[in-house]
Order: sequence, then C-alpha cells, then structure tokens
Amino acid sequence: MIANTANNQRPIFERPILETPFYESYKHLIQNDQYEEWSGYTTLASFANDGQEYFAVRNTCGVYDLCPMIKYDISGADAERYMNRLVTRNIKKMLPERVTYTVWCNDDGHVIEDGTVFRLAPTEFRLCCAERQIEWLLDSSIGYDVVITEVTQDIAALAVQGPISCNILKKMGFTGVEVLKPFQLGNFSLNGYDVMISRTGFTGDLGYELWIDAEHADDLWQALFKAGELFGIRMIGSLALDMLRIEAGLILVNVEYMSCFQTVRPNRARTPFELGLDWVVDMNKGHFIGRRALVAAQKNSLKRKLVGIDVDWNKQADGALLYDSKTCSRQIGEVTSALWSPTLKRNIALAYLDAPYYAGEKSMWAEVYLHRECQWERKVYECHVTPKPFYAPERKRLTPPEDL
Amino acid sequence: MTTDQYDAVIIGAGHNGLVAACYLQRAGLRVLVLERNEHIGGATTSISRYKDYTYSNCSYVYSLFRQEIARTLELYKYGLQVIPYEGGSQIIKNPDGSYDSMGTYWHDDANRREIERFSPRDANAYERLNRDIVRQCRFIKPLLMRTPPDPTSFKPRDIMELLYLGKRFYGMGKEQMLETIRFYTMSVGDYLNEYLENDALKSYLAGGATVGTALGVYSPGTAYILLHHAMGDIDGTVGAWGFARGGMGSVASALNDSFLASGGHVRVNAGVSKFIVQNGKVKGMQLENGETVKAKLVVSGMDVRRTFNAIDSNELPAWVVDRVSNFRFRGSSGKVNIALDGLPGFHGVPEGSPCLSGDIHISQSLEELELAYDDWKAGRWSQKPYLDMLIPSLIDPTMAPEGKHWMSVFVQYCPYKLAAGEWNEERKQAFGEHIVDCISAFSPDFRSKFLHMEIRTPKDIEDETGLSEGNIFQGELTMDQLMFNRPIPGYAQYRSPISGLYMCGSSTHPGGGVMGAPGANAAREVLRDLGRGVQQ
Ligand SMILES: Cc1cc2nc3c(=O)[nH]c(=O)nc-3n(C[C@H](O)[C@H](O)[C@H](O)COP(=O)(O)OP(=O)(O)OC[C@H]3O[C@@H](n4cnc5c(N)ncnc54)[C@H](O)[C@@H]3O)c2cc1C
Repeated sequence: MIANTANNQRPIFERPILETPFYESYKHLIQNDQYEEWSGYTTLASFANDGQEYFAVRNTCGVYDLCPMIKYDISGADAERYMNRLVTRNIKKMLPERVTYTVWCNDDGHVIEDGTVFRLAPTEFRLCCAERQIEWLLDSSIGYDVVITEVTQDIAALAVQGPISCNILKKMGFTGVEVLKPFQLGNFSLNGYDVMISRTGFTGDLGYELWIDAEHADDLWQALFKAGELFGIRMIGSLALDMLRIEAGLILVNVEYMSCFQTVRPNRARTPFELGLDWVVDMNKGHFIGRRALVAAQKNSLKRKLVGIDVDWNKQADGALLYDSKTCSRQIGEVTSALWSPTLKRNIALAYLDAPYYAGEKSMWAEVYLHRECQWERKVYECHVTPKPFYAPERKRLTPPEDL
Repeated sequence: MTTDQYDAVIIGAGHNGLVAACYLQRAGLRVLVLERNEHIGGATTSISRYKDYTYSNCSYVYSLFRQEIARTLELYKYGLQVIPYEGGSQIIKNPDGSYDSMGTYWHDDANRREIERFSPRDANAYERLNRDIVRQCRFIKPLLMRTPPDPTSFKPRDIMELLYLGKRFYGMGKEQMLETIRFYTMSVGDYLNEYLENDALKSYLAGGATVGTALGVYSPGTAYILLHHAMGDIDGTVGAWGFARGGMGSVASALNDSFLASGGHVRVNAGVSKFIVQNGKVKGMQLENGETVKAKLVVSGMDVRRTFNAIDSNELPAWVVDRVSNFRFRGSSGKVNIALDGLPGFHGVPEGSPCLSGDIHISQSLEELELAYDDWKAGRWSQKPYLDMLIPSLIDPTMAPEGKHWMSVFVQYCPYKLAAGEWNEERKQAFGEHIVDCISAFSPDFRSKFLHMEIRTPKDIEDETGLSEGNIFQGELTMDQLMFNRPIPGYAQYRSPISGLYMCGSSTHPGGGVMGAPGANAAREVLRDLGRGVQQ
C-alpha cells in the first residue's frame, strides 16, 4: 500500500531538477546544451543534431534515456484482478513476460493516461506512464490485496531502437534476445547484474527497452556504446523521438489529450474512443473502471475523433485549425501534432476531426501560418484522412530480426 | 460647500471608496472623497511607525485586486508595482523534538519532491486538490465583477443574471455540480482530509481558510474560503500572491493619484457623523467637526453597520435596521508588525532557503488550529494561534534599511471582546509579547533581532480603520452573508433604502480583501441609475 520514493539528502532548492542515472555516462556527448525538463529530470531535446538522431533510429541505432518515465510496481495476490479492473485491456489474457499497451480511465470513461503494463510474473506487474498518479492507484486499490510502489528513481531504463538494435544487444552478450517477439520481455544478465529487456518502444521501428537497477546505469551504458560503436549507435533527444512517434502514429499525453485528472474545463477530457483507441478497450472482459460510462458512450455516435491526416503540401501544419472549405468558413477540427516525414516524404499530422469528417469521405482544409523571413503568411491546404500508423516497417515485427 | 460643487460624495478613502471615486470621476462626475483619518487607504496602508521601516499596517499581500480595474485606472502610471513572491515554509516539529520544514516552490517538480519527502501520496493528491480549487475558481471568478441578482425579483435584468448563474452552474457538469454543493457546505478540515494525509500540509493550507472568520477549521462552510487564496492572480498566474512595492499603501496612493489626476478631490480629517435624509432622500452629511456637506448622491465606503448607524432609524424600515444589526462582524484577527535587526533563522529551515520569501507557518495540525478557535470562543487570544508570517523586505528593498527586515504577522484568532475585560494597553502588550513568544519557539534568534512592534488587536483595527469589531472584511465572509445576501437581502445591489445613498465597501458583494470589485460594481450601479456608461 505504501509508495516509496528514494530520497535526496540535499535540500530541494539546491537541486530542484534531478539528473538521470545515465547523465554522467553520456554527458560528454552533449554538444548543444538543448536541455529540456521532463518530469523533474534534466533531459535532452537533442544531443547534437536532431535530424541525424532521427535517422539513427531509422537507419542504425538510436538510444533514448527513459529514466524519467514514471514506473509503478504492483504486486500481491490480487494483482491480476486489480490490474484488470484498472485498465481497459484484458489482463487475464496476458501471459507473464508480456507487455501490453493500454489506457486507463476514471469512472466517467475519461482517459487518465495511456501507457504500458508489464507482467513481470503471475502476481507482479509494472505500469509505465508519463504522469504521476499514486493517489489514484492507491485509492482504486482499496479492497485489493496489492502493494503499489513507485520505482521511478530505483530503475534506470534505455530505449535502444533501430534496425541494428538487435545486433548490438547480441554483441553485448544478450544471447536469445533475437527470439523476443514484439511486446515480449526476457530476463538477461550483464557483468553480474540483471537486465530486463522488452521488445517495446515509442518509435515504430525494431527496438528494445533495457531495464536495470539504477546503480548499474553507467556499466550498462558503457557496454552498450562499446558494442554499438562501429554500428553508428548514438544518443537521441526528444525532438527526434517526437518525429519518430508521430510517424508511428503514437499519441502523447499533454499533446493529443490531457489526463482527465488535470483538465479544468469540463469538455477537455477524452474517452478512448475519441482518441481512436477502441482497440485497447475490451468491453467483453467484465467490469473495469469506466466501463459503464463507455457502454453508454458507445450508444451515441462519436462527436470527434483523433485520426491521421495527410496535408497536400510540404510545410508542417503545426497547430493548424481544420475547416470544411477552402474559404475556412466552418471549423471542423484541429491538428495536435504535425510532421514532414523524412522517411515517407509525406506531410503527416494527428488531428481531431468532428463527425462526419473523421470518416474521411469529405474534403477538408488546413489553415497554416508560416513564418518566413520574419513575416507571417497564411496558407490553406487540402488534407485527407489517412490510416495510422503512417510508418510501420516489416522489421518492426520480424522475429528474429534480420541479422545485419 | 454646496451641491453645485460636487455631483457625488464618497465616504471613506478605503481602497473601495477610491475605486468608486475614480470610476465616477472618469465618467464625468465631480467627485469628493471624505476620509475620517488623516491618511487615506483604510485597511490598505503603509505607514512608518519606527525609524526607516515601513509596515503594511493591515493588509499585506496582493492578489485579489481585479486586473481590469488596475488597467482602467492606469495604476501602474501612478506607482503601483506588484512583485509576486516565491516560496513559503511550513515548519514542522517532529515527535522527537527535532525540526524540519516543508517548503513551497514555484517549480512544480521541486514542490512535488518536497512534499514527497513527507508523503508521496499527498504530493500527488495536492495536484488534484489544486485542480479542483481552480475548477471552483473558474465558476466564481466571473461573478466578482457582476452585480448579484435579486432572486425574488422579476426584473428582466435579475432574471437574466439568475439565468447566467444557473448556466454557469449547469455548465460544470453533473459531477462537478455535486462537488460544488459539497464544497460550499463543508469544513476546510473535512475537505482537506479527503485529499491529504500529512498534518503539516493540511494545516499549512487550512489556516488560510479561517482568516477573518470566527469559524474553526472544522466549522461547516469554511472550505470555500480556500478560494479566497486561489482566485486572485498576478499577471495571469492563478493563485499567485505578491507584494505591492512600498507596501499595500501603494495601492491606495496609486488610486488616490489616479483620482486626483482625473480631477477629483479628497479631504482627510473629515469624518462623517450623520447622513442628512429628507423624505427618504439623501441630502448630505454632517461631519464630526460640525460642518455640513450637501450632496444628492452619496456612496458610502464604510462598512454596513457604520453606514446605517449614521442614518436616523426613523428613515429606515424596521426590518432593515434589524437585519443590519444582525450582520455578523465578530472580529477574530490581530496583526503584529515587527521591525528586525536582521533576518531571523527558523528551526528546520535550511540555511540559504529561498522559502522564507513566502508565507511562514508554524501550526502543526488541524487539531491545533481547532484548539486555537476554542480559545477565541472562550474570549482569549489563541494559545497556539495560526500565524501567517511574511518578510516583505526580503523582496521589497524599499521597506527596511539595508540588511534589516520587517515581518508582517497576521494572527488568527484574537477576540474583539476579551473574557478578561476590556482591551487596554497592558493586555495589548501582553498579546504582542505572546505572539513574539510563539514565533521565538520556532526561531531561536528572533528575540535578539527584535527592535519594535506595532500591535493591532481587533479593537485597534476598529478604532483606526473603522472596521466594525475589527472584522478585516467589513463583515464575515460566510455563505449566508455573500452574493445576494451581502450585506442584506434586498439591498445587495449597492443601493440602500435611502434614495441617492449607495454602498461600495467590502460589506457589499463580493466582499473583503484588497479586490476593488465592490467599489467598481457600486460605481457601475450608480452610473446606471444616472443613465451613464462606465469606462471599461
Ligand atoms: C489586519 C488585516 C490584514 C489584512 N490582510 C489582507 C491581505 O493581506 N490581503 C488582502 O487582500 N486583504 C487583506 N485584508 C482585508 C482588506 O484589507 C480589507 O477587506 C479591505 O482593505 C477593505 O477595504 P474597504 O475599502 O472596503 O474598506 P476600508 O479599508 O475599511 O475603508 C473604509 C474607509 O472608511 C473610512 N471611514 C470609516 N468611517 C468613516 C466616517 N465616519 N467618515 C469618513 N470616513 C470613514 C475609514 O477610515 C477607511 O478609510 C486585511 C485586513 C486587515 C484588517
């Protein structure tokens, strides 16, 4: 029942923002001081060149420091029952050593967050997300025999992503890593400590995430970068990651939606259906938090939905409002994330569209403001609904991955 | 002085009187302000009482003042500068006798990590608490600058206004509507207990909900007073508080200068003793010095008791006199302003901590706060009072000599009537000494830095500023005394039973605090009756 957080002896004001356990290891690679705070940690928007960092993941191997990710360990006799009530997916069907992507809702059927559930053992789970929510986890666990502990500071994690990621891990000595299927995890060891490896990621490419006790962070990092040296391994920052996740069609909390725990305005919370995440909601698994409201919501047609769109031009439609006509007379949606995709050579975006526009049968236009040589220009481009993910290479699913 | 000279006379140069005066003068009226004291400002003053130190004698922190008023009246042009403060320290005495402190940080993650030291759960719950309070603020904020509707009236305007209220309420959604009803009826103690587990954090937040109110943390109806701390903002930062550079008197002096610049006149040492009323119409007033001032339009910034006491009861409906006499003041707060020879240290606050620049608190639990209230009921000042301590000179260099400091100490509870007998100099000194003792228990070097103090019991507050019974808000801010009940049902729209006599002080909607809203709303109603528009 009790949440634990490793403490820091120095007064907070002397150290308001923490460094991750890997910071000392990679600090020599930081070339342009593009720091960015994430969840109380110093992270990097880019290390040297965000374009090259992006291509590392699509071409060789890019490594992203995942430590600030919020992690909760949930264990106990009722762990499965509790998790199954907490999240929308069927946890009973989930085998140990598997990972699943899911959302969890409040009783109104509004999304608290999306994230991943790791089933470490039959009665042990780990929930990974971006926002802290220990209060909700504890409150919703009343009556269940579970222990919930925040382990964010205790566990260090790296995402190792890209076509050559498997080769590098094999070279590090993680034999058998190649048989991990997508969303499967395995336990390995390195220099005498445990390394949990999951075939997961936020890039839409072949990739793995490595999880260790924070104290071994430097050792793992050194071993990884030594093994990857000749393969073009490099650290990547959040700018590159954002490009990758948009291509993969993955949503981001506080960008595509806000947690219903944080919305102040009454109509800002979103259901999983509005986020286009019907596929993670198992309405047949029995009761879960928010089910009743979602059953009711299903009876009505969806007013708005998050979809992928293509914009017929080459300038990113960041923050664009979407209209029913070229004259922009009626707003029918808005862009949440936009990207000129260097791999697809397409101008893609995630956008909310009102009914019936999200079905993709009607034409629509994006109003884009471009800042060109210190002057704003307004442009209107036609756009089309297009399936997500925008980019899903075969290697993402191939097991074992190609040996390059 | 004749009627021809002035179109309107404002009684009292409190900040609300001055706000009303500014709006009326700017609307083209010729306006005179009559102030009883030799200084302006009412409860918004900075008067030096000791050497080169300047105190904010009564009110001490700025947040509630409506930005639209500051903008329209161009207060920045007349010297008003508001600097938000960062920090805050809740000092904690551990069961083993050692000390710690919970600091408040502007940085969300730093703040979270600080609370996590005591309760990871509370660090998270605190965010939800803040969100829920912001949700409530969104409901109430737009009502501040509107005249409350009369729920019994069938005038289109009242009906429209009631509809507006209803629409806002229903617009919150079902869950939030239910929450709102609970919120307005709960005690702050029960409310916080639903979110938080840590005593220090709870008492840090709860104390503020009793300020100026003779209720305890477990009295129903206190939860909503939390809004008073959250509904203000500085430059859009919701809930932020700050210091007016030079002390709160700069709010009054900026208003005064704005008023004078637009052609208005202010007379100090001109206390009103009686309104002159004929045939239900105001004709002017008699001053304490015997002088008569004629006026057809009078706006009183005095509290409702003083305003009506200055009218012959013969001229008033009996129920109004009765209602007014039942309007609750019940002074419950004191104030001590202390000049210090240097910055005092506090147990449990690490050296170099920026958290001393904010509000410092030493109450340990809700139970301790409830006991403090028990003392008030028994007619004693609290043994362990809720103290809201700030050291403005840490941020504002103009208020104390270099390297020196002054501390503003707001004290809850201190009774207007002592069980032991009348307030006198000796009891007043004993009260002040008690507060210094309370602080010294948490600040070992406080006594050695002590130079001077200005002690203000509720009695002093009444005598000096005219706030009846020393109630800091011109009457308690409880649900039964708000909105269309403030100050009394039927006269909540700034008018009175006397034609030509209006009210603009904190006794009117939306109530006390250095907010300016009552003054601005009253001016709007006056101009409405005159068929004139108000400057936006
Ligand atoms: C100790 C203390 C601390 C406070 N702290 C804060 C704070 O930190 N922040 C905050 O926002 N609010 C605070 N408040 C509340 C706030 O200061 C008051 O609610 C507000 O200033 C009241 O303003 P007003 O203009 O309505 O009335 P007042 O300021 O009371 O003005 C009334 C004026 O009328 C004059 N007057 C009275 N009788 C007569 C007469 N017969 N003839 C002529 N003139 C007369 C008075 O002298 C006075 O100038 C505090 C109040 C006190 C007392």
